[in-house]
Amino acid sequence: MGAINFNEQAIAFADAAEKANFLSGLQQTGLAQFKTLPFPTRKTEDWKYTSLFALTKQDYNQAVQSADVAGLNGLYDVEGLGANRIVFVNGVYQAQASNLDAQAGVLVETFLNASADLQADIAKQVGTIAETGRNLFTALNNAQVNDGVFIKLEKNVQLEKPIQIVHVTTAQQKSATAFARCFIELGQHANATVIEQFVSTDETQNVLLNQTTEASVGDGAKLNHYRLNSEHESSLHFGGVYVDLNRDSQFESYQVLLGGQIKRLDVLVNHNVGGSHCEMKGVYLPKHDQHVDIHTYIEHKAAHCTTNEVYRGIMADQSKAVFNGRIHILPDAQKTLAELSNKNLLLSDKAQINTKPELEIYADDVRCAHGATVAQLNETAKFYLRSRGISAQEADIMLSFGFINELLESIPLDALRTKMRPLMAEQFSSNRELTKHLLDSDVSEVAASGETA
Amino acid sequence: MLTIKNLQAKVEEKDILKGLDLEIKPGEIHAIMGPNGAGKSTLGNVLSGREGYEVTGGDVSFDGKDILDMDTEERAREGLFLAFQYPVEIPGVSNLEFLKASVDSVREHRGEEPMDSVTFLKLAREKCKAVNLDQNFLKRGVNEGFSGGEKKRNEIMQMMLLEPKLCILDETDSGLDIDALQVVAEGVNSQRDPNRSFIVVTHYQRLLDYIVPDYVHVLADGKIVKSGGKELALELEEKGYGWLENGGQ
Ligand SMILES: Nc1ncnc2c1ncn2[C@@H]1O[C@H](COP(=O)(O)OP(=O)(O)OP(=O)(O)O)[C@@H](O)[C@H]1O
Ligand SMILES: [Mg+2]
Repeated sequence: MGAINFNEQAIAFADAAEKANFLSGLQQTGLAQFKTLPFPTRKTEDWKYTSLFALTKQDYNQAVQSADVAGLNGLYDVEGLGANRIVFVNGVYQAQASNLDAQAGVLVETFLNASADLQADIAKQVGTIAETGRNLFTALNNAQVNDGVFIKLEKNVQLEKPIQIVHVTTAQQKSATAFARCFIELGQHANATVIEQFVSTDETQNVLLNQTTEASVGDGAKLNHYRLNSEHESSLHFGGVYVDLNRDSQFESYQVLLGGQIKRLDVLVNHNVGGSHCEMKGVYLPKHDQHVDIHTYIEHKAAHCTTNEVYRGIMADQSKAVFNGRIHILPDAQKTLAELSNKNLLLSDKAQINTKPELEIYADDVRCAHGATVAQLNETAKFYLRSRGISAQEADIMLSFGFINELLESIPLDALRTKMRPLMAEQFSSNRELTKHLLDSDVSEVAASGETA
Repeated sequence: MLTIKNLQAKVEEKDILKGLDLEIKPGEIHAIMGPNGAGKSTLGNVLSGREGYEVTGGDVSFDGKDILDMDTEERAREGLFLAFQYPVEIPGVSNLEFLKASVDSVREHRGEEPMDSVTFLKLAREKCKAVNLDQNFLKRGVNEGFSGGEKKRNEIMQMMLLEPKLCILDETDSGLDIDALQVVAEGVNSQRDPNRSFIVVTHYQRLLDYIVPDYVHVLADGKIVKSGGKELALELEEKGYGWLENGGQ
């Protein structure tokens, strides 16, 4: 065993696995890149605070399929969302669980189901945005790419129903890996909402899911992107999101990362042409022994672009989180407005956060701000709640919830917000008595809607 | 209702209350006035059991019970209410959720059934109206972005919902215009009851025109240095506190 083991295994595995032929070019370059990248250790740039030692102790196999796919519906169904849905279980597309309404100018297809013509098109695009030079897991994803989702909106098309892409993992006897991919192309002035949801059965998983998403947002187009991770705490997740923003385009993103044994997300957004806007909000809530690591890279390559990045985390018990947010402003990116805020709450003495907002500025006419804070729960606020008869325990939960909910309140999709609420509250306590006031649907609904009269 | 004997307390190693005595009977209104930094808010915090406010001597009996060993929430459930001088903002938690949680915990302590959401909503809207707050305030975050006056009215609304036995109003009148002052005063007066008492901390006599106290006390340097009827407030407004330091004559 040892660190080499994971790479060797993955390589052997990549050679052996059955994979889509039409993507062989990407698979080969991915594999080549994977071979040159060292297995991350504490000394590796970008992996300083995240140990992958756990990966070296396992023998990886291809995930075995779940027998009862229909029974998994409750894990991801979002009441009232009315979305087009594409479901993968352990990386394998499930037609029966998926449903897609046709809409003129909208193409949504899985790689393996695509026509030969479309596959040729997919092969040309997938891998063009994701940067593999520094990310072992994106290189691995390229090497292993097989099935995935391809979304294309013609110019001026407004997507009527959000697209919900679900990745379910199920418990495995032998430790296993699953891979998935997504490519989104929005034509000029198109507008789409894409929800990527990661869930698992409520049991020890033994699965490593590696998923990469790429998006090209056309001139004046807007991509609303959600990435919601709520798998079992034993899960391993390595995700990558790569976005190219064209002229005057917008990327609005919400990421929710509940804990996992190791959960790593890399987000790279390129302001390529000018006038584009990136609005990114994220929360991470590890507890117990969980570990979450978020690395964001915003590349301002052109003028008049704006970035507003807000991340909040709450670490409980012995959990750890890493937030590394880099905003890079290149010489041509004059008139950039960029803001990055990262606020953290530590709920226990043993919890840890390593936060590092980085601004690297090579243009002179820009306005940028960044800040990171680490704090405990506000004692005055806690006293206020307790002075109204609320128990100390419930007060802690309310304050934690409020800290996170402040960000989530701005999610424009009501159905998603309603779905996320209990997930958040349960994160702070599994005791229903202590979360009931946050989950009293009558009261919360009125609070969230306008109906007070 | 409340008996305070020789109460001494310190904050961060600094003695603030230095032997304070006060006796409040059911149904009475006591006004406490006094210079900045005298210890008025400290008294409210100590009575509410705030952490960091250490009692170093004396006794406090509330409704026949020694409360000094009780947690903050227990005291609140027993019927003690503190309207904060500076109410706290809690973004992300709606006022409504907060109010429901408070009312439920107090009712449970009293052995009453939890209020169903519909009844509660109706009641909350009613109280909102009583303090002239728009219903929208119910769904906003607790005090989030409220103006000074709105925060104070929110405090009074909470008091109305919780129906405490003893209400400590810490400068609830500060920063209010005359209309808001009247709203607050009407709110308080509507809660007057032979079994409910009030401690009204204020710097201004004008509040006492609307909420007429039975007694006025002067708190200076951690002690009650003078007590009298409502006319004492007028005298204080006229003369300030300086004359009291020389024996109060
Ligand atoms: N948490 C605290 N930490 C440190 N000192 C404190 C704290 N709370 C109160 N004090 C100090 O205790 C003294 C009394 O303060 P307190 O707030 O009780 O006065 P007050 O009579 O309410 O004044 P004001 O009329 O200005 O509201 C002051 O010197 C104040 O600085
Ligand atoms: Mg004060």
